[in-house]
Amino acid sequence: MKGGNLVNIINRIENKQKKEDLTSFAPGDKVRVHVKVVEGGKERVQLFEGIVIRRQGGGIRETFTVRKISHGIGVERTFPVNSPNIKKIEVVRRGDVNRAKLYYLRKKIGKAARVKEKRT
Amino acid sequence: MARGIIGKKVGMTQVFDENGRLIPVTVIQAGPCVVVDKKTHKRDGYEAIVVGFSPAKKVNKPHKGQFDKAGVEPHRWLVEIRGADSQEYEIGQEVKADIFQKGDRVDVTGTSKGKGFQGTVKRWNFRRGPKTHGSRSYRIPGSLGSTDPARVFKGKKLPGRTGGQRITTQNLEIVQVDPEENILLVKGSVPGTRKSLVTIRNAVKAG
Repeated sequence: MKGGNLVNIINRIENKQKKEDLTSFAPGDKVRVHVKVVEGGKERVQLFEGIVIRRQGGGIRETFTVRKISHGIGVERTFPVNSPNIKKIEVVRRGDVNRAKLYYLRKKIGKAARVKEKRT
Repeated sequence: MARGIIGKKVGMTQVFDENGRLIPVTVIQAGPCVVVDKKTHKRDGYEAIVVGFSPAKKVNKPHKGQFDKAGVEPHRWLVEIRGADSQEYEIGQEVKADIFQKGDRVDVTGTSKGKGFQGTVKRWNFRRGPKTHGSRSYRIPGSLGSTDPARVFKGKKLPGRTGGQRITTQNLEIVQVDPEENILLVKGSVPGTRKSLVTIRNAVKAG
């Protein structure tokens, strides 16, 4: 047994759990996340739509945070990118931003909290 | 009857469970081990098996004698699994990670990471003194006892060498078993550094 093998074992365990068909998205994008929820033994898919304000971590530990305004209250939810509970991630709109972490959106309300659309 | 295996700590990572939650796990390369000796009630007064792990070219003479007697190629580590039923095993038989299943509870024994000479705050979880209000007793151990015996009692918790001890973490859950690669994923942390030897036995206090 060689020492270099050890890292390979962990990489193999992690890579096995990674999703292959991952949609590419970045901070600033408006996304619709299809989350599997179990309620009273029943399974259904819930939607969470909002702006991605952060994407951090690497490999199996990578997570992203989606912010939305629900009934006038800001709601943020963080998901592991490779979570099996996420059935699908739809990109509704690509955003044009100058930062990797959009924490400044938390202090903005209404019109000021908009993100420019990316023009291609 | 007790079951056990020895292995090498590979490191930690995370896996998703069936509910989609991320669980912290320690990866252990457990086995393949080989039974080198059996201890019996008749001969030794207790039941155990002696297993070897990780084939080695060089072993010292007393160890080599044990391997030669069993007719097994030398291994780097030799560990006794106490309480294992010696009648279930043959000398030379392989012990693999598949003796455990997903959901089993195990105790994992290893040598903890050495921390060097440490004070009482880190070593014994003493409380520290105040940091302000003219205090200068930030991390000192405080009183060593009353004045009456005019000595310090034996076993008084004081600063000293910390870590590098044999530690057992009890009642860890087995999250995954890979019988082909002999890999066990155990929920939570396990004593010791990467590449260090760990002994995995079924939990004493399971239930």
